[in-house]
Amino acid sequence: MFYNGFRSAQPNMTRIYLDNNATTIVDPLVRQAMEPFFCDQYGNPNSLHQFGTEVHPALRTAMNRLYAGINAADTDDVIITGCATESNNTVLKGVWFDLMRAGAKDHIVTTSVEHPCVGNTARFLQSLGAKVTFLPVNHDGRVEAQAVADAITPRTALVSVMWANNETGIIFPVKEIGEVCRDAGVLFHTDAVQAIGKVPVDVQEVPVDFLSFSGHKFHGPKGVGGLFVRRGRRLPPLLHGGEQMANKRAGTVNVASVVGMGLAMDLAVQNLDYEDREVRRLRDRLEDGLLALPDTMVVGRRELRVPNTVFLSVRGVEGEALLWDLNKAGIAASTGSACASESLEASPIISAIGAGPELSHTGVRLSLSRFTTEAEVDAVIRVFRRAVERLRAISSAY
Amino acid sequence: MGKDDLIGGALWEFYSKKVSERMDSPRHRGEITEAEAASLGGRLVVADHGAEACGDAVRLYWVVDPAGVIKAAKFKSFGCGTAIASSDMMAELCVGRTVDEASKITNLDVEKALRDSPEVPAVPPQKMHCSVMAYDVIKKAVSLYKGVDLASLETETIVCECGRVSLGTIKDAIRLNDLKSVEDVTHYTKAGGFCKSCVAPGGHEKRRYYLVDILRDTRAEMAKEKMRAGSTSDDFASMTLVRKMKAVEKVLDEAVRGMLAADGGDVELVDLKDTPEGVEIYISYHGACRGCPSAGAGTLASIEGVLRRKLSHPIKVVPV
Repeated sequence: MFYNGFRSAQPNMTRIYLDNNATTIVDPLVRQAMEPFFCDQYGNPNSLHQFGTEVHPALRTAMNRLYAGINAADTDDVIITGCATESNNTVLKGVWFDLMRAGAKDHIVTTSVEHPCVGNTARFLQSLGAKVTFLPVNHDGRVEAQAVADAITPRTALVSVMWANNETGIIFPVKEIGEVCRDAGVLFHTDAVQAIGKVPVDVQEVPVDFLSFSGHKFHGPKGVGGLFVRRGRRLPPLLHGGEQMANKRAGTVNVASVVGMGLAMDLAVQNLDYEDREVRRLRDRLEDGLLALPDTMVVGRRELRVPNTVFLSVRGVEGEALLWDLNKAGIAASTGSACASESLEASPIISAIGAGPELSHTGVRLSLSRFTTEAEVDAVIRVFRRAVERLRAISSAY
Repeated sequence: MGKDDLIGGALWEFYSKKVSERMDSPRHRGEITEAEAASLGGRLVVADHGAEACGDAVRLYWVVDPAGVIKAAKFKSFGCGTAIASSDMMAELCVGRTVDEASKITNLDVEKALRDSPEVPAVPPQKMHCSVMAYDVIKKAVSLYKGVDLASLETETIVCECGRVSLGTIKDAIRLNDLKSVEDVTHYTKAGGFCKSCVAPGGHEKRRYYLVDILRDTRAEMAKEKMRAGSTSDDFASMTLVRKMKAVEKVLDEAVRGMLAADGGDVELVDLKDTPEGVEIYISYHGACRGCPSAGAGTLASIEGVLRRKLSHPIKVVPV
């Protein structure tokens, strides 16, 4: 089932990419599928002439794959957007315009660990008068359905909780949260960016009203995303303009990207079993190898996480310093450490799970993909050990 | 803002080569024991600053000879690359200097020493913060060496530690340039242009002073001063009603009442209001003025004329 052509054609072991929660390599099959839509079939699908109409079959195939990938009904909408940020903005601002601006409802429930495109949009709506509850994560790094139920009031219009967390990979109980929202008559949105291709995402199984995803997180191209809107849910467009996407999202349809994302979705779903078995095995191998180092800790129980992510705290070593050493060895990882971001804000996750504040700057995230190999994982373990030894020798805190 | 900001850049792209090199192989990393200090013929000073919970911590070791010269310096550091590189450069700058000389080394000196070329900063603005602990730990070492209180070594109140901008400098800049926003303050003084902790509460670190508060308070002081200055100015139009009343009373006292008293009369200021045309002043006559035929004609015109001249304002006087 797993497509392996790229890996064998890529003997370059000097660089290892373990930052797949940030973005992923475009699957070469995806790039190949996109190719004809740049210089050959470059028509605008809304045009009347043959240049426009000839791209329709490919567009339909892509849309079929996207619908199938999340098990949407043909009567639901899967709107193509520019990115998940746009999808999330569309939902939060759309619900504000439709339900909250002049209506009886004025409250949004979300979490303190959402991606900024949800968190900062919610804060923007706060500035317009919306009330927003930011639920903290518990010691498991999750937000439980009961916490959402407790936060809902008669004035709550929308609950927005991510499917899986980008930093820790922890999966949130979206099915239970969806049921709580359905019973309370509150709209439920989930940002599924970190879930697609890692765990099954089924909108028949999970009662969501809106669901966002992003092509480049599952080996599709950047600059294209999707927004599932369940049949009958009203949502004014964020971008007004032409008639594209049935007036729900104006802007010329980016055919090549839609085709690419469609195939990427298909491949992601086909590889779910591989992800669960093989990527998980490699992740666990990596995790075990790193935990063999003294004074290390992983955030979140394995069974609560997507198969590709490990968020590790290394006592006495600041996260960005560790990334520096990994990068010198050609290894890409990521950190929640304050030092590496513009804002210098410490990650809330480490303190939320009850670890001491001295660990709040020690987090490093490694995220695998179906293109990660065992040899790469073993190389990372070796380099990681050397880096930790070197930095602990410098550290005043170890 | 503009193209460079829109393209952005990874933090590491802005590190100087020297920062990179010292992160990869710090030259002064390590510890110094009592025995090693003794063999160098000096006294060991060990100073700590920062905490893991804050993101950086550093420990500085000095060997100080009897003449007060730092013979050796080493460090250990928990922090990112720039923190480690700054600590390393800081330790290097200490060696060969007297404790008093070392006490004058600031994070700005450390950053300058890490530059590849004099005009290009060694680290991006938000990373200047990492060099601050180099300054702090030296101060700590000096206080330990001299056995004095840390606070006694601070000669001025620093608001922005990254850029070492003092409270006085910031207040002066606001006053002299009539600054109205924090962005302006940053533009003029560089304060708040680095780690941004001192801009407003809720940043990376808690601070005693925040630019938003300094700006607000300084502008409030400026407004008060302007008002006080305004109370002696002759600009009648911009006065409040109370001050207009007082100004009118003053003119009546100085230039009107004497004239009326000569004929056994007096005038009382009853009310005053702003109108689209200017100001209407209501007066009532007393003594001989009451019932005097001129009170509604010549005298009235004369009072109105005096007030208009003295206050340079369209004034209408209405007897009630």
